[in-house]
Amino acid sequence: MASITQTAVPASSLASEGMPLKIRLARAQARNRRRAFLLVLPLLLFVTLTFVLPIGQMLQRSLYHDGFSAAAPSLGQWFSENPEDIRPDEAGFAALAADLRYMKEQNLAGAAGTRINYNVPGSRSLFTSAARKADDLEAPYRDAILGLDQKWDDPRIWVAMREASSPWTSDFYLTALDIQRGADGTLERVDEHSRVYLALYGKTFLLSGVITVICLVLAFPIAHLLATLPMGKANLLMILVLLPFWTSLLVRTTSWIVLLQGQGVLNSLLVSAGIIGEDGRLALINNQTGTIIVMVHILLPFMVLPIYSVMRVIPPAYARAARSLGATSWTTFRRIYAPQTLPGIGAGVLLVFILAVGYYITPALVGGADGQLFSNQIQFHMTRSNWSQAAALAAMLLAGVLVLYWLYDRLIGIDKLKLG
Amino acid sequence: MAHDTGEYVAFRNVQKSYDGETLVVKDLNLSISQGEFLTMLGPSGSGKTTSLMMLAGFETATNGQILLDGRPINQVPPHKRGIGMVFQNYALFPHMTVGENLAFPLEVRGMGKDERETRIKRALDMVQMGSFAARRPAQLSGGQQQRIALARALVFDPKLVLMDEPLGALDKQLREHMQFEIKHLHDSLGITVVYVTHDQGEALTMSDRVAVFNDGRIQQLAPPADLYERPGNSFVAQFIGENNKLPGIVEELRDDRALIRLATGELIDATAVNIHKKGEKTMVSIRPERVEINTEMMPENAHLLDAEVREIIYMGDILRARMRVAGSEDFVVKLRNSIGQRRLNPGEKIRIGWHPQDARALDAV
Repeated sequence: MASITQTAVPASSLASEGMPLKIRLARAQARNRRRAFLLVLPLLLFVTLTFVLPIGQMLQRSLYHDGFSAAAPSLGQWFSENPEDIRPDEAGFAALAADLRYMKEQNLAGAAGTRINYNVPGSRSLFTSAARKADDLEAPYRDAILGLDQKWDDPRIWVAMREASSPWTSDFYLTALDIQRGADGTLERVDEHSRVYLALYGKTFLLSGVITVICLVLAFPIAHLLATLPMGKANLLMILVLLPFWTSLLVRTTSWIVLLQGQGVLNSLLVSAGIIGEDGRLALINNQTGTIIVMVHILLPFMVLPIYSVMRVIPPAYARAARSLGATSWTTFRRIYAPQTLPGIGAGVLLVFILAVGYYITPALVGGADGQLFSNQIQFHMTRSNWSQAAALAAMLLAGVLVLYWLYDRLIGIDKLKLG
Repeated sequence: MAHDTGEYVAFRNVQKSYDGETLVVKDLNLSISQGEFLTMLGPSGSGKTTSLMMLAGFETATNGQILLDGRPINQVPPHKRGIGMVFQNYALFPHMTVGENLAFPLEVRGMGKDERETRIKRALDMVQMGSFAARRPAQLSGGQQQRIALARALVFDPKLVLMDEPLGALDKQLREHMQFEIKHLHDSLGITVVYVTHDQGEALTMSDRVAVFNDGRIQQLAPPADLYERPGNSFVAQFIGENNKLPGIVEELRDDRALIRLATGELIDATAVNIHKKGEKTMVSIRPERVEINTEMMPENAHLLDAEVREIIYMGDILRARMRVAGSEDFVVKLRNSIGQRRLNPGEKIRIGWHPQDARALDAV
């Protein structure tokens, strides 16, 4: 048997012209593939231009800042010739003087100062004022420069300049992790009262988690109702669920302010009903509570829709079968119904959580001081034109979301996701 | 046949209305004995599925009482009734393996792991699916899913098993095979089965008794042979099997023998079933295979009718002859395709007749 098949070529694999079937098939399919590729090409280009490139650019900016390195070539050379942890000698100050002159010529003192200012607050003016007088500097440079300002002797300035002499830097990520470079160049945590980012990062994920859970608890019964009601009523309810989508985000948010503020509708109702006293008006807005309430409202449809779309196609026969097999209604829900809604729950949770983590307008409007989220810090740095810091914070947010996504894939499986 | 051990399931004056205006089930009275295979047969909307769902506990009776083993169960929730059920589309839990599906009814009864496994194995072997415990329902064919659904309904040893059109989704050959297997399981386990179908063939081959439903009422409750050969009214005659109907008026009525005058003036013999007096309108029903075309085979002094052959359809085992009889264009006669059978040709004029007991004078519709 084997000896026969070894020598015989299967008749089916040869075409009439003698061309193997596999090659002909590949050719026939290649044409279709090319056509399909051309169809998706515009979308591919669009996504590349508007999504992949900007994200790449953002990641690059979070690691790259040439504000100082471009303005200080001589110092760059001096730093590379001298190992770490060395006090600046006369040659070092000479390089600084040369660079200050260069900065004045090229009008770069502001940019260089800004870069060092990120690490050592208050040092921008050091550069701008020194550069202004750079032409008067004469050897010995150490005394001349220290004569301008004693601050030039601060080792932290030199540590910062050493780091900034290369355009590639991890400084912005260190800042984002509440870490700074000490006077001797080693990494240390910043003072307790100025630690901002890590706590906010944690709070952002925690609040997003709380918002997601509240959304899930509210959305599950609504979705179930939608899935079981007769068509006409379900459609009406669906319109109510989708209504928030039809009004502008800003309008919705401001109407919440009207509703929730101290002299607002809700508080006044509670007071007039005698439930709370006039001086016991609840603080429902401009704080964390406000952020949670308003964001739950805005994100609820994103939870309802995927769960509903999954529930709608679960036949009622499953629940009946479980009941006939002896399960109580609670067991039926827990073991039969709920597991089948899992793909919808997963999609809703992921969607709401990711949206919540990156939400910015609502916390900015109703969050007050303690209801701010991580993205508000990103926005803060963007308005201050510290693009690199904003990019580093955004990259951290992205990393956090990717980790969650990975976890989701490991625990539930991304192939089980069902968005509608 | 029915093991007559008294009344196991009973419907007493049961009514069901969904909208408070019309009754879907009107005054249902039915008792089922232990070990019986009873089929509820009827067109869709006849109330058969509703009756089954009331027995399972998924619908509540609007009126009347349902008894299981002498105990009223109207107020008992479905999970406490201990009734096995096979659903139309199997309703196997898609997120569980076959083994987990079968374990489910045992787990909710708090059964230990060892006993669970013994029982699951036994149930799977019973339906010849022993090696499929680790599969998911989606990986099985329709017939295999059907077997698993059956095994799941039987694994906790219910005394009563309800089946709601369980074979509706299978192709013809598989359906016939499964009919045989279900019947076999019923016989070997001694369980009581209430089976709902709209397929009369299924009802006739499997059941001890068939309840024919129409318009929310049981039209006839009888063993299959009785149902086919002695339909109690014209709905049953029409619904079960093929049937020739000849409308007429009762000319003479003596005990159960009647002479009917057809609309075209001919006289025919018939057995009186539910006609009561002379001059009443009636519908005479004759099965196509009971019509005789050989005059010498008919009883003496039987009334004969003129017939004109319109069409002969060859169907392999039989020949179907469509004839014009007493003004009706589609009077059907079935002839066995055997040697010596008289061959008919379209256009041929012949005489037909039958034994009086094969023609049943029923209520006029």
